[in-house]
Amino acid sequence: MSDSIQLPRWIDVGVLPLMNLVLAFLISGLVVMAIGENPTEVVRIMLYGAFGYEEAVGYTLYYTTNFIFTGLAFAVAFHAGLFNIGVEGQAYVGGLGVTLAALYLNWLPFPVMLVVAILAAALFGAAWAYIPAYLQARRGSHVVITTIMFNFIASSLMVYLLVNVLRPQGSMTPESAAIDENLTLPYIHNMAAWFGIDMASSPLNLSFVYALVCCVLVWLFIWHTRWGYAIRTVGANAAAATFAGIEPGRYIIMAMMISGALSGFMALNEVMGVQHRLLIDFTAGYGFVGIAVALMGRNHPFGIFLSALLFGMLYQGGAELSFEIPTITNDMVVVIQGLVILCTGALEHMFRPRVTKIYTAWRLRQKTQEAA
Amino acid sequence: MSDTIHTAHGTGATGTVPPAIELRGIDKRFGAVHANNSIDLKVEKGTIHGIVGENGAGKSTLMSILYGFYQADSGTIHVDGKLCNINGSEDAIAVGIGMVHQHFMLVEPFSVLENVILGVEGGAVLREGVDKAREELRRLEREYSLDIDPDAIVGELSVGLQQRVEILKALYRGAEILILDEPTGVLTPQEADHLFRILGTLKQQGKTVVLITHKLREIMAATDNVSVMRQGEMVAHRHTAQTSPEELSELMVGRKVLLRLEKGVANPHSTVLQVDNLCVDTSTGVRKVKNASFTVRAGEIVGIAGVSGNGQSELLEALGGIRAVSEGQVILNGQDVTPGRGVGPAELRQRGVAHVPEDRHRMAMVTNFSAEEAAILGYQDDKAYQNGLLLDWGKVADATRHMMEEFDVRPADPHLKAANFSGGNQQKLILAREMMRDPDLLLVGQPTRGVDIGAIEFIHKRIVAMRDAGKAVLLVSVELDEIMSLSDRILVMCDGFIVGEVNAADANERVLGLMMAGVDPKQAEAEVGK
Repeated sequence: MSDSIQLPRWIDVGVLPLMNLVLAFLISGLVVMAIGENPTEVVRIMLYGAFGYEEAVGYTLYYTTNFIFTGLAFAVAFHAGLFNIGVEGQAYVGGLGVTLAALYLNWLPFPVMLVVAILAAALFGAAWAYIPAYLQARRGSHVVITTIMFNFIASSLMVYLLVNVLRPQGSMTPESAAIDENLTLPYIHNMAAWFGIDMASSPLNLSFVYALVCCVLVWLFIWHTRWGYAIRTVGANAAAATFAGIEPGRYIIMAMMISGALSGFMALNEVMGVQHRLLIDFTAGYGFVGIAVALMGRNHPFGIFLSALLFGMLYQGGAELSFEIPTITNDMVVVIQGLVILCTGALEHMFRPRVTKIYTAWRLRQKTQEAA
Repeated sequence: MSDTIHTAHGTGATGTVPPAIELRGIDKRFGAVHANNSIDLKVEKGTIHGIVGENGAGKSTLMSILYGFYQADSGTIHVDGKLCNINGSEDAIAVGIGMVHQHFMLVEPFSVLENVILGVEGGAVLREGVDKAREELRRLEREYSLDIDPDAIVGELSVGLQQRVEILKALYRGAEILILDEPTGVLTPQEADHLFRILGTLKQQGKTVVLITHKLREIMAATDNVSVMRQGEMVAHRHTAQTSPEELSELMVGRKVLLRLEKGVANPHSTVLQVDNLCVDTSTGVRKVKNASFTVRAGEIVGIAGVSGNGQSELLEALGGIRAVSEGQVILNGQDVTPGRGVGPAELRQRGVAHVPEDRHRMAMVTNFSAEEAAILGYQDDKAYQNGLLLDWGKVADATRHMMEEFDVRPADPHLKAANFSGGNQQKLILAREMMRDPDLLLVGQPTRGVDIGAIEFIHKRIVAMRDAGKAVLLVSVELDEIMSLSDRILVMCDGFIVGEVNAADANERVLGLMMAGVDPKQAEAEVGK
């Protein structure tokens, strides 16, 4: 009995996600109509708010940066068959690494600091992922459960550290001291200015470029190294991995730590690029949305880039929307985002059987025509 | 038979009893695969009808359509002359079709009785239905001499008895037509004989049996009529009495095949593998291999015969380094390589052990990998495949193409998904991967399971060629025919023990069968001699 037949890639990664997306927007349109607003107007404002002017594009790409990191993080673990719900917590702890490096090694010149901050983010994120990974690999504790718990632990730990340790004397807000101005990531509009290009100011910073680099690195790692091969084998068939001399536990730990490191990189954008200090709850749910980003992007870096862009658009365009149309509150925007996640992530396979049927029939007709 | 396809109302032109099953023009496609190409089939009432064909010939698809798992793209099904619309197994059961699957659908911790009434409990209160069922069960059991205790726990029954529970289940649901899908794959020859006696009784009571198998011997021994399928088409219908295994296999493959393997005398020399008092436990602490000791020399094939589940799988996995050894020693070319004590599959591979595991889907490959990815499984760290830190997919593709050429894997496309190759071609690719490494010791489990006849012949020849090249081969198979035709020496396993060794030249199927059931070799010979 053959498995479900293979659809060509352009349908699998192009047509199907697009159909899911269209469905999400159709339902959103109905919701918008239900509260008495005009859906086309909403779409117009949203698109304009996300891409209509330079500053908006900057904001959209700034959100995109976070989603690329968290999406990649989730995807790497997913290739090893692991559902890492802990991206949020790992990013949070990664932020601690970046902050500590920037505050306590503040005598380092910027280029060195850049490397150190990347290493610190990776190290702290990976360390936070290591414990659930170890428990999964050696003790069989399910990683979904442990990473959820570690999100809570990270949250409490960070509150403690921010209130009792990192808060500068005399300050009433639970946040760390500010990072030295020379050590923050340069904004893209500033960088453009060095080359004499005039750009509207936005939070978009160097970490966006690094996110793109990470896309390429993850792609190389997963599909073009023997470790990536081992991780995919473990994820697809653990018995085959054991047969092949690939010890599953080792690669579970490896995949989770890389996942944690990528999560940590989100802090480069938020802490070192935009806020310039460690804020309470700076991760703001990006880690969870990263799950949807990765699933919608089929766990492939290019797909993740596209879906991160979509979510960046939703965030920025959505903010603009609730600003422009007061009846569409921020909660409405969350509803729309939720619908996108539902349709593209959770209901991923809804259209597949039908599309497969249509495609098969179409192929058949073509074949018989060729024969005729 | 083949020319009597009637267009009028399903009854034969002579006005006799309508056939129990009549399929007309059944057509089914899976994507590009034409699994069933306008199949016509008539199964006469009260007969045992065999359906033979290579793997992928479309037998299982056809039966799945009959049982309602799939719907045909076109064509009609008639049961007892009436047009039936079968959209699910409930419909099939309603018209009196029962199926005994290759893999049993039983709840092991439940008793026989509980399993039989599962889904037809008859009301919310269990007690009433159970009492009625018990009576009915007694009647069925007597009528067909099934010899089963209704209160036995299914998980504690032997495989042969579990199969009878499946038959009982079908009969309890009022099956008049019983489909058995490869029923003897897991049985000893004795158990298989018993099964065929039961099928004979069923026939006498007027039931109709459809037997799907690839074992021609069973077709010849048990059926009245036989239909042959090839590549999705029904190529012939024969009365069993008027055909021969040679004709059937020719029909199945489309050309003549050698059923007996031609091989020269073995020329064994130095010992390659020495196993001393080996014990292997499962993760739950059940001892599966008990004090096994044997040797395999260069230039010989040692076969391990046994009913599946008697420790052969665990033994093979332990020798491949996948399972830890609890006690005893494994010595390879004079060096201690006992798995579990720091020695794993990777190291064994380096030391010249190639392993073709029994279950290729579970272990030997990853079905959503491409062929080239599958072709380096286990050898992914090989320097020849690397380019600095990266895998060199160009080199891997070249190596895969070479394997495909050498082992005649079709289609010879390294980028095709492994799942899209037929079973035989998947197995050839795996054999190529392991055998082309030029190992000292080849461990091979069920080399031809789910593989078509043409490929079986090819695979057997390659294994013999390995032996002739002076390699040691350890073969595990539940196909007694395979063990007997390939091996030079045969070890028989039962309940984890190696009960005896037989020289393949004077092996006798019945003696081996008794040994597989745990009878001491001398006693077995005496018994057969009687």
